[in-house]
Amino acid sequence: MTDAEAHAQHAGLAHQFEDLDQQQDADALGIWLFLVTEIMFFGGLFASYAIYRWLYFPAFQGGSHILDIRLGAANTIILLGSSLTMVLSVRSAQVGNRRALILFLVATMILGGIFLGVKAYEYNQKFVEHVVPSLDWAPEGQTLARLAPGGLEHAQMYFVFYFAMTGLHAIHMIIGMGLLLWLVFRARKNDFTPHYFAPVEVVGLYWHFVDIVWIFLFPLLYLIGGRY
Amino acid sequence: MSQPIVPQKTYVMVFLGLIGLTILTTGVAFIDLGPFNTVAALAIAFSKMLLVVLFFMGVRHSSGLVRIILVAGFFWLALLIAFTMSDYRTRSWTPAPDSWSSSAPPTHP
Amino acid sequence: MSTATLEPRVHAPRNYLNADYGWKSWLFTLDHKRIALLYMVSVSFFFIIGGSFAVLMRIHLVEPQGALVQPETYNKLFTLHGIVMIFFFLIPSIPAVLGNFLVPLMVGARDLAFPKLNLLSWYIYIVGGMFTLYSAIAGGVDTGWTFYTPYSSTYSNTQVTAVAIGVFITGFSSILTGLNFIVTIHKMRAPGLTWFRMPLFLWAMYATSIIMVLGTPVLAITLFLLALEHLFHVGIFSPALGGDPLLFQHLFWFYSHPAVYIMILPAMGVVSEIIACFARKRIFGYKIIAFSSVAIAVLGFLVWGHHMFVTGQSVYAGLIFSMLSFLVAIPSAIKVFNWTSTLYKGSISYEAPMLYALGFIGLFTMGGLTGLFLASLATDVHLNGTYFIVAHFHYIMVGGAVMGYLGGIHFWWPKISGRKYPDMWARIGAVIIFIGFNLTFFPQFILGYLGMPRRYAFYPAEFQVLNVMSSAGATVLGVGYMIPLIYLIWSMRYGPISEPNPWGATGLEWKTASPPPTENFAQIPVVTEEAYAYAPEEAAGD
Repeated sequence: MTDAEAHAQHAGLAHQFEDLDQQQDADALGIWLFLVTEIMFFGGLFASYAIYRWLYFPAFQGGSHILDIRLGAANTIILLGSSLTMVLSVRSAQVGNRRALILFLVATMILGGIFLGVKAYEYNQKFVEHVVPSLDWAPEGQTLARLAPGGLEHAQMYFVFYFAMTGLHAIHMIIGMGLLLWLVFRARKNDFTPHYFAPVEVVGLYWHFVDIVWIFLFPLLYLIGGRY
Repeated sequence: MSQPIVPQKTYVMVFLGLIGLTILTTGVAFIDLGPFNTVAALAIAFSKMLLVVLFFMGVRHSSGLVRIILVAGFFWLALLIAFTMSDYRTRSWTPAPDSWSSSAPPTHP
Repeated sequence: MSTATLEPRVHAPRNYLNADYGWKSWLFTLDHKRIALLYMVSVSFFFIIGGSFAVLMRIHLVEPQGALVQPETYNKLFTLHGIVMIFFFLIPSIPAVLGNFLVPLMVGARDLAFPKLNLLSWYIYIVGGMFTLYSAIAGGVDTGWTFYTPYSSTYSNTQVTAVAIGVFITGFSSILTGLNFIVTIHKMRAPGLTWFRMPLFLWAMYATSIIMVLGTPVLAITLFLLALEHLFHVGIFSPALGGDPLLFQHLFWFYSHPAVYIMILPAMGVVSEIIACFARKRIFGYKIIAFSSVAIAVLGFLVWGHHMFVTGQSVYAGLIFSMLSFLVAIPSAIKVFNWTSTLYKGSISYEAPMLYALGFIGLFTMGGLTGLFLASLATDVHLNGTYFIVAHFHYIMVGGAVMGYLGGIHFWWPKISGRKYPDMWARIGAVIIFIGFNLTFFPQFILGYLGMPRRYAFYPAEFQVLNVMSSAGATVLGVGYMIPLIYLIWSMRYGPISEPNPWGATGLEWKTASPPPTENFAQIPVVTEEAYAYAPEEAAGD
């Protein structure tokens, strides 16, 4: 098959590639490399967290105990559920079931939306408890009693990390939901076939990565030092 | 890409396993294991990550190159944390001069 | 023939330059060769900006009490000089200009794997550059290019946030370029082009891309935390609020030390190509050079603590970092020995690119060896923070990376423009740059050893002679840089037309027309021979 024939056969084949296999290999490698840059991006944050948690363990423990462990666990399960619907939508694309593909994509978006809703509620609680660094930092009563043993300054640092890490994670979620919406539109236009669904797969990998970040954030932020 | 079609049941089983591990890690947090609370929490998180990576992200069926790239990512993160930590862990081995004591850098309790 | 005295006015064949005209065809191009030229224009612009800051500094330092500016302005000059030169010239120079142009040609592909991403990375670079230029106009920054806290957080009263955002954004341009190169080299090599048949320039670009992909995100998150601390006055690095300024240095150097190898590795790749071509020999120890590039990229990640020997890092961590820093000398030395072995008994011709390459070897060797002084804990205490360091890294970055960049531009200029540059001027330019460079920076080794600290607007009167020498050298160097700038622009229109392979070089990029057509190759080539098959003696069939 000549170049021109190969390109005429597949609308999805870009001119710089010889065939669809090469293009899919390149796409897969590209997204995995991108995920590695994301590991290092969050990694800088995780490294700083690790250092300060080790230096100021009591403060971080106190801060962690302010968080609602039930909400954290519930959100973990919601996000894992969205990963399940995501992987099922990739599978639907694989077998060429367009209805199921759209259904599962929408379900993934809804679960992602619920996660962000719970997160927003938790953020609001932090304002109620006055434990938002810089903007609203005046813990009192029960909260103060929990934070005081580790030193208020360092407890504030815990919340800086809490907001930076969950905030960056939430931004990634929002980007992911935008990508899902784009996939829904493309799926409705019937862009995907069992031979060509790379965009679904690529967004899927991104979504699972964001899920993995949360899998680590949950124990690191909510479960410091145990609740006994 | 162009990976084999995995039965839906497998995905659902993996999901149930992930839920189980989430409940486990939450439960363990309420038991006093001393320093092993952190170890347990991280070990469970790591297992959950492995489940997601191998099954949901399909690395089970991926090429060696993808696996190397993924491992390299985590390895480099480990390098960052380990080498930085090596500074903090050993800083207190050299005692600061007495005159510095009021502004000495923080040391681990 | 009657027309023999006239230039034959044949219709120029279609190539990437005349395929399309108008500003849209450039700003919306997806052709890697055109994007390379966009980068060439923009990095040259930033080189001139960064260079003028350096000129102002050198004029100021002609007199011990300072001849030109207020100390505050001087602080801004050296900061902006560093930021512009490192993030907006050196890091994108060879990868984004020569790499962009050559990687697809060298692997025998029609384009990079992700052309849209490639164009996006140029726009990201430009947006980042705009933020930096804005901050320069709106008041400048005075933290030093390293943004050390608390200069950049608690005690900052300059445009730190704007510059941090600018560098943060530009980082993503670098990440996307690296990602594109890795995928292209892995997945798009022409049939027969095995890993060990690749030109060493590709190996160097591959190693560079690894650093870009793994290191740059850490810089991004560090600058993000810095901006967070600066904007909200929360404690992350600020000791007053429980933070540790050294953590900033750890995270910063985790990227910024390997970033030095982003600058030098591509130059080493260029030099390998030039040396083999103008010695007309197979390069000595091909595999070892290839692996040493990767080894430098990996080891380069393990040595960042040598920037922190005197800033309060634990001495035990310092010991480890010092030892690992010495290890980097091994792959670097391997390269230098292999280049010189390649020259041995070669049929050497001293074309302009070769002059740059030979200059590179000498200057890089000096820069590398003085680096060992700084990697030893004890001598570093004496030399850290003096002009010795300034001289050391300029030998690597200007003597190494810029010489490599200019050598590469000259070597591939016939391919890029389809024209030849005036040979005599090019050789004169290379020699002037070499002399000017040494006159500028060699005295700084002595100044530093004698104890003159860097980043000060004033100095004791006994240092004046050496400082004046350095400033005089900077003038020579500045003139030297103007020469290629002028004749290269001139040659684009008036230079004699070049044949496809004027140097008789090997490599796929020379197998296509000059300038190459938009699709690079009429037919995807098949590679059947090793790299650098410059008629070695044992295979001389003739």
